[in-house]
Amino acid sequence: MDELGNLFHGFAVALTLPNLGFMLVGILLGVLIGVLPGLGGANGVAILLPLTFSMSPTSAIIMLSCIYWGALFGGAITSILFNIPGEPWSVATTFDGYPLAQKGRAGEALTAAFTSSFVGAFFAVLMITFLAPLVAKFALKFGPAEFFGVQFLTFASFIGMTKSPGFKTLAAMMLGFALASVGLDSVTGQLRMTFGSTSLLKGFDFLTAVIGLFGLGEILLTMEEGMSFKGGKARINARVVLDTWRQLPRYWATSIRSTLIGCWMGITPGGATPASFMSYGIAKRSSKSGNKFGTGEIEGVVAPETAAHAAGTSALLPMLTLGIPGSPTAAVLLGGLLIWGLQPGPLLFVEQKEFVWGLIASMYLGNVVGLAIVLTTVPWWAAILRIPFSMIAPVIVVVCAVGAFTVHNSMFDVGMMVVFGVVGYVFKKLDYPLAPLVLALVLGDMAESSFRQAMLLSQGSLAIFWSSPLAATLMSIGLLMLFWQHLSRLWARPRTS
Amino acid sequence: MSAGEQEDHRPAVRVVSVEVVVALLFVGLGVLVMADSLRVGAGWADDGPQAGYFPFYVGALMTVAGAANAFLAVRRRWLGSGPFVSRAGLGHVLHVLVPTAIFAALIGFVGLYVAAAIFIGWFMVRHGRFRWYGALAVALGVPLVLFLVFERWFLVPLPKGPLEAMLGY
Repeated sequence: MDELGNLFHGFAVALTLPNLGFMLVGILLGVLIGVLPGLGGANGVAILLPLTFSMSPTSAIIMLSCIYWGALFGGAITSILFNIPGEPWSVATTFDGYPLAQKGRAGEALTAAFTSSFVGAFFAVLMITFLAPLVAKFALKFGPAEFFGVQFLTFASFIGMTKSPGFKTLAAMMLGFALASVGLDSVTGQLRMTFGSTSLLKGFDFLTAVIGLFGLGEILLTMEEGMSFKGGKARINARVVLDTWRQLPRYWATSIRSTLIGCWMGITPGGATPASFMSYGIAKRSSKSGNKFGTGEIEGVVAPETAAHAAGTSALLPMLTLGIPGSPTAAVLLGGLLIWGLQPGPLLFVEQKEFVWGLIASMYLGNVVGLAIVLTTVPWWAAILRIPFSMIAPVIVVVCAVGAFTVHNSMFDVGMMVVFGVVGYVFKKLDYPLAPLVLALVLGDMAESSFRQAMLLSQGSLAIFWSSPLAATLMSIGLLMLFWQHLSRLWARPRTS
Repeated sequence: MSAGEQEDHRPAVRVVSVEVVVALLFVGLGVLVMADSLRVGAGWADDGPQAGYFPFYVGALMTVAGAANAFLAVRRRWLGSGPFVSRAGLGHVLHVLVPTAIFAALIGFVGLYVAAAIFIGWFMVRHGRFRWYGALAVALGVPLVLFLVFERWFLVPLPKGPLEAMLGY
């Protein structure tokens, strides 16, 4: 039980007064970000990243990951009270959460949502605690071919698993890779795709892209629909909370199933959004009261929230152990690691024990603190949404601009943010997925260098990816994922006909 | 937005047009990436793969994906294509996008703080039916808070213009 010893050491790191303070600030900021339209986990963390440059990496990651937990909690508030999903993964929560609020049972719905989020996250952290060190130990044996295999698997499962049309996912992903390769090539020292422009020398930073795509793009979408908030009132007191908690154990089967779906979707980069939809759909099919789903069933809130939080949390497992983030927000956190001078990947568990276990301990604490905070402060967050959008929108645009500028202290990035905002708006309307674009932009350099190294070893033969059993397995699963939609259709056809 | 006005729900652009334009942009970009990769060398040098080796395939896949998307969009056209955005919706979007672009450009001339104050104030009065003093309070308050947080507490400098220079920053 080496992990337990490490974990207790981690608690000692996380429980210092400054770190607890950062945790609290992070959760509060996170809920705020989750509640406000146009700000979300990914771009919220991206905007605040520059503020942590001077902090110690452990404190910084504790604060930023708490922002992430807070945003996950915050998304539920707006979905239930206002039928406005503050985050994409809370769309499924609106299906039953909003009808509950209209029936005057907002308190119950919110308590159920927060509690199941907590349950999902808690089990995901437990899984990380015991699984992550094993994965890391395993990954230490990886060569370039295996690493490229993992990356191939990551990107292939995007194409196979997301609902967007495959060619659109591919196009968005390749745009990310192309943008990642702009600038100085670190191996040969040659300039790629700069076309003589000095601004392009540094290349595109994914933080700018995240802020534009998710931040400004979201504002534009919200504006198009003409913003109006019509919301229910939130009253939560101790009795409602305790009454709801008494009901919740009835849905244990849904909770376990949703947690498993969430953990799986988080580790393979499906992410929280599809996890929440999938979990809602399966709960609807298998529940006894499934036909009442959509009219205000507590179970319909439990399922997506549990899965979304489990997925959001377990997305950090591949980020910590392999250096491959399972979600856009995890990608931003990964970018943070690089900026603080830490090399993500299996060696992190050997060389940066304090950092890793401090982070894992803070996940336990952060979720407990988060649950307590959101349960007690819901009315205030609901009040924020009564502020007119015409005041919130320009303030968010200004905050996005500040975030984009501080990445490199460059005005060029502010301009790029506006461009990415338009791209994000158009892509969202046309169903081009944004997550693979961002992940390709983050991982592009890494994927390219492991590909090149593998090619160098094999003198240009693709056979290297099938030369070791491990790499071959990874590549084969990758190919299976790539054609998953076609294969599952082939599979389904003989049975239906 | 002004909900009382009669909203124009006629489509400004159709989905299929935007689909095709975006797909063709992908094709164009893909070709550009391939061309530039060939320029730096997409083959094999004495010391291993050249700089364009990996990006060349990225560009190739992008071109293929773009062409496929364009083809699929045109083929699906006869199913009927909905509006991409209504005229009223496009208006709403431009109401944010144009001021945002102006704001971004303005930062270079007057600094972020002054540009933010002008942008927020204008937006609130124009779209929010705020009274001038309410808008003024927010327009001055937000840059002030930003100044304290970034410049003072976290020591992250933001772009400044002539006004800040006059005040000695």
